[in-house]
Amino acid sequence: MPGKLKAKIVAGRHLPVMDRASDLTDAFVEVKFGNTTFKTDVCPKSLNPQWNSEWFKFEVDDEDLQDEPLQITVLDHDTYSANDAIGKVYIDIDPLLCSEAATVISGWFPIYDTIHGIRGEINVLVKVDLFNDLNRFRQSSCGVKFFCTTSVPRCYRAVLVHGFVEELVVNEDPEYQWIDRIRTPRASNEARQRLISLMSGELQRKIGLKVLEMGGNAVVGYLQCFDLEGESGLVVRAIGTACTLDKISNTHTSASATNPCNSSPSKDMKEAGFGEETPGVPLSSGPPTPLRAQTFSSFSPSKSYSRQSSSSDTELSLTPKTGMGSGGSAGKEAGPLKALLRQQTQSALEQREFPFFTLTSFPPGFLLHVGGVVSARSVKLLDRIHNPDEPETRDAWWEEIRQEIKSHAKALGCHAVVGYSESTSICEEVCILSASGTAAILSSRFMQDGTLDTEHRFEDLMPPGCGFCHIPYDELNMPFPAQLTYCHCCRRYKVPDVLFTTIDLPTEANITGKGCLIQARLCRTKKKAQGEGNATAISNLLPFLEYELHTQLMNKLKLRSMNALFGLRIQISVGENMLLGLASATGVYLTALPSPGGIQIAGKAPSDITYEQHISNMQKKINDTIVRNKELYEINPPELVEEVIGSPIPEPRQRSRLFRSHSESSDEVSELDLSHGKKDAFVLEIDDTDAVEDIHSLLTDAPTPPGFYSCNTEIMPGIYNWTSALQMFTSVRVFRLSNVNVTNQGLNKVFNDLCENLLKSLYFKLRSMVPCCLCHLNFTVAVPEDELIQVAVTAVAMSFDKEQSLENGRQIVDKTLMKAITENEEQLQFPLELTAESSSSAFCSAKGLSEVSGPLPSARAPSVDYSSFTDRCSSWIEQLRLKAHTIRRGSIKTMSSLEKASPLPEGRSRSLRSNRSYAGGSVAVVKMTPLSFLPGTKIIKYLGIINMFFIRETTSLREEGGVSGFLHSFIAEVFAMVRAHVAALGGNAVVSYSMKECVFMENPNKNQAQCLINVSGDAVIFVRESEIEAATPQPHSASAHTSSSGEGT
Amino acid sequence: MSMELDVFVGNTTIIYEEVYQLWLDGYSVNDAVKMRKENGALSECEASDDVLQSDTMDQYRTFQMCERLLYSPSKLANQLLFQIPAHSQTMLIERYYEFDHNFAREVLGKKLSKGTKKELDDISLKTGIALRSCRRQFDNFRRVFKVVEEQRGPLVENVQHHFLLSESLAKDYAAVVFFANSRFETGKRKLQYLSFQDFAFCAGQLISYWTVGAVDNMMEDMDVDLEKEFLHDLKELKVLVNDKDLLDQHKSLVCFQLREKIRVFTEMEANFKNLSRALINIATKLINTKDVRDLFIDLVEKG
Repeated sequence: MPGKLKAKIVAGRHLPVMDRASDLTDAFVEVKFGNTTFKTDVCPKSLNPQWNSEWFKFEVDDEDLQDEPLQITVLDHDTYSANDAIGKVYIDIDPLLCSEAATVISGWFPIYDTIHGIRGEINVLVKVDLFNDLNRFRQSSCGVKFFCTTSVPRCYRAVLVHGFVEELVVNEDPEYQWIDRIRTPRASNEARQRLISLMSGELQRKIGLKVLEMGGNAVVGYLQCFDLEGESGLVVRAIGTACTLDKISNTHTSASATNPCNSSPSKDMKEAGFGEETPGVPLSSGPPTPLRAQTFSSFSPSKSYSRQSSSSDTELSLTPKTGMGSGGSAGKEAGPLKALLRQQTQSALEQREFPFFTLTSFPPGFLLHVGGVVSARSVKLLDRIHNPDEPETRDAWWEEIRQEIKSHAKALGCHAVVGYSESTSICEEVCILSASGTAAILSSRFMQDGTLDTEHRFEDLMPPGCGFCHIPYDELNMPFPAQLTYCHCCRRYKVPDVLFTTIDLPTEANITGKGCLIQARLCRTKKKAQGEGNATAISNLLPFLEYELHTQLMNKLKLRSMNALFGLRIQISVGENMLLGLASATGVYLTALPSPGGIQIAGKAPSDITYEQHISNMQKKINDTIVRNKELYEINPPELVEEVIGSPIPEPRQRSRLFRSHSESSDEVSELDLSHGKKDAFVLEIDDTDAVEDIHSLLTDAPTPPGFYSCNTEIMPGIYNWTSALQMFTSVRVFRLSNVNVTNQGLNKVFNDLCENLLKSLYFKLRSMVPCCLCHLNFTVAVPEDELIQVAVTAVAMSFDKEQSLENGRQIVDKTLMKAITENEEQLQFPLELTAESSSSAFCSAKGLSEVSGPLPSARAPSVDYSSFTDRCSSWIEQLRLKAHTIRRGSIKTMSSLEKASPLPEGRSRSLRSNRSYAGGSVAVVKMTPLSFLPGTKIIKYLGIINMFFIRETTSLREEGGVSGFLHSFIAEVFAMVRAHVAALGGNAVVSYSMKECVFMENPNKNQAQCLINVSGDAVIFVRESEIEAATPQPHSASAHTSSSGEGT
Repeated sequence: MSMELDVFVGNTTIIYEEVYQLWLDGYSVNDAVKMRKENGALSECEASDDVLQSDTMDQYRTFQMCERLLYSPSKLANQLLFQIPAHSQTMLIERYYEFDHNFAREVLGKKLSKGTKKELDDISLKTGIALRSCRRQFDNFRRVFKVVEEQRGPLVENVQHHFLLSESLAKDYAAVVFFANSRFETGKRKLQYLSFQDFAFCAGQLISYWTVGAVDNMMEDMDVDLEKEFLHDLKELKVLVNDKDLLDQHKSLVCFQLREKIRVFTEMEANFKNLSRALINIATKLINTKDVRDLFIDLVEKG
């Protein structure tokens, strides 16, 4: 009995009228946790009831605390008939279980009904009292922190990065149970919401256990997904990167105080694991306390869901060897396996079966070399019958794919995969599983195993800013044909001609000009088929689809005169009669890589004169575009004495056809490494229809309007002076195809236009924020029905200051740079210390750390890396100066045309003025962003993960304004509920926000529609940097500042 | 081949005043798109017709969803559904409650009932204001009237407080409410030359000097009703006509007050006796509700 949950219902407001006669409501509240329910008194005849209830107390296991949400139901009392439900609030109490996160949940929550949407608000207070002492408590997975952020969270320092954790949980979907035929849609939706909430809690708890087992205290880059497999069930799966994090912002003394608590228990556990068999047994079922045994036995049959639900491999999951699929049998005969494991723990290298990292950006010095994108896909038939005792099929599937990825990474000479992610696309009983990442070589500094870096050749003397571009693979034994040149920065190591990655641009990277969003879009028809035939058809189509997407990406990259892609994300979506492919990435010009050649068009039948003309016209258009793009993205690479000065107009003689020759890559897999020999110009054969299509799509990409930039990475390379104005948005479009154009080309055009128009629309809507950049543009495509294509975009628009004086800009950039560097140094200091005594007691090292770190910031002995850092620093500043020049030039050029169009200066000043009055308002402003930070602010506290799942259904679609009206209000409601939860935790922003799922189904004939949305993010408290710097903050400045989210009108 | 669904939702709800005004004015989406095009919206950001159409649709939907909240503006500040910057909230409310004086002139003094609502078609035709806009304005009148009708304290402040409006707009509403409550007849042909502003000024004066709240500050009664006792006391004014001395004294006092303040002073001075008699005749009859209603007609006809 480790915890007491307390809840108090304070008041309600804006309740709906439930009694038509009196136009009032007799409301009361049911508070439910697990199987215990409390009720408040009825507050008669009021739309703004004041309950002021007593504290309802629930005494519960910590397992339940982690799994279950607190469920609050508001009802209308009816003397004669059944009470009518007004709506519900689910509160995830996980943030209260971590001492470093929130301490109380208090605030107004929207009362949500799956049929009617938000119906009023309720004020609730929730607290958790933990009975057991801190130390023992920490041994349950309650204390593990979760972050959606795919980098080291801002106010933490990574002490160790342990590696990949994964888990999946399977259950039957309530929507497909027999009982669904007799219950109301509301009951069915609520059952589903509740089940998914339970499953996510369970999943999180299990992952937490794995993390503790590995000796970590946090999961970074936590990515949780749902697979709605229809009749075959519901899968909730998650991956993440286990880390040991240490809080930075605390004074060092307090850091040392928390450290022992953090790391010593895990240390104890490890020792127990190595020891005798007997302590090893309870270990595998949880921390070795009698308390835990109790909770374990109550792995309750009382919970109806747990009969069905089952983890991938309960026993095994506790072992450090993550992701061992093939669970069931292994789990049952855990004895010998454990022996095996003990050996493995000793060899840390082997321990890491999957050296995968879900992180996309890293502490400096962590990422040494990048090999390229690795991806794997496989098509599976969903099995109808779900034997809860054998849920391992899903695990085996993923296991297979991960192995594939791992071997690809090896082929690229890399020992790790970073920026790793997994996804699925399901249509009927066919499921495409995809995984992708970037093969890389990592520094062993943050990992326990020091064995790896012996293989490592250029570990020392890494030239800054270009190191990660240097090829990790053997030059003589290249995994694929590539054109290598000497690095344009250091001229010592070889670099490839193009580089594709799934990660964010490393902060230390040298780039030229600015980046931009590059998308490849493709649509392919497919015959309708069933079962295995369908699966075969799809797997036959996949390689072609990927190949063409890749070609498109490459062409578009060349067209923009860039040589690297970051944040590459390829999504393949399957429908009844088509396959959709969408690849998004941010293109940049890496200074270290050679300048890309132009694109050359070649015709097959050169005899025809008009044809020749046609070709030369097209060639001219392309060349013009390249020139224009160079100007637009400010790509003026320093004219090097390189032999490859890519003349955009190559001689027409070069007509090699190597481009189409690579298609025999393995079927389920594509290594995105298709190369193009020694030519500096890309050759496109115009005769085949595909090429026409390619060129067409090349030329139809409209450039972004002046003042706008776009990227799908965290920030735009080349832009530094962000203002605090930002607007996070979600836009969804569904397009209905007519039967007429079901040709590939027709479909392609439709799909391409859909995406292009969506982007255009976004630019128009956000025009008041110019100059601005759409960051983290995340497109998801789906084929919800036969003739529907759905595209959903979530992104953030951030304004930046073009006019800012050069002086100012440089100062700010310098300052952040310096800050980053000093932080880096601090961050690096620890791992160095740690690795030195890595295998020794963590407790000791923590103590040692606190001693070292006391005088750290000011008077510290120069570390080994120090000189190279200063070097880097100065060269950076030099480079930034150059950049600042180009920025200014750009602004002068475009400003005159913008001045009229942009009401920003005025709008901003106005919003500033009115901020004060807004602060008085009762609703706190909560900012949301898909990025891991908010410009101009410092995140001082992470309050916990937000992971919410909502269903909305309507049977009066027309009355709610059609499908658009329905979805519009639903998305607005989801935002509102996220904001309310964050505010109740005491936060003022959500970072790393993402909409994981948006499943929309409609039946206009029946006037019905249903939508499922899953969102996640990290609730945080931020403060303005200006406030930190100002020694005496004004009393109300905080609230005034936080309320400035409305800029940009 | 059609866009089945198209939505854009921002964490911060940004209101574009131009589109909001088009919506308030009762334009359909298609008309609004046309208007925006004429105003050169396309040149911004290289937009196409589709983009403009989609943007207008989105904003219209947002306005429709906000409309519910605007019925009681204090809700707008503490609702959770939309995160709207404060200045936009103020703008949303103020614009929503703004009304066309031409329209207000038409319904001034009429009972704000369902019956009058049926006349909106005609008013729309007559004034050229879109029917949708007429309905909104009329519903606003009714809503404000319903809320402040029974409230104590100063009328303007009540309106301001309850609907978070600017003072000038609250004063206009006070006039509308005051006229609707006392049902002053303003529709007669003879009164047509008077504008809403003329009546609003009169309403202001009447509220300040003739109502219950005005006469007795201590008595926290309403501003809406004319003070009965006061009207009764007006009977006594007869002496000003009947008694020569008092008439002269009255004349000299009035002339002293008004000298060089009005342009028609000499005319007034010459006609003082007739004017005074007419006014006092009207005043003494104000005990009857019917006569109160005809106050302005009488003033114009007999004054």
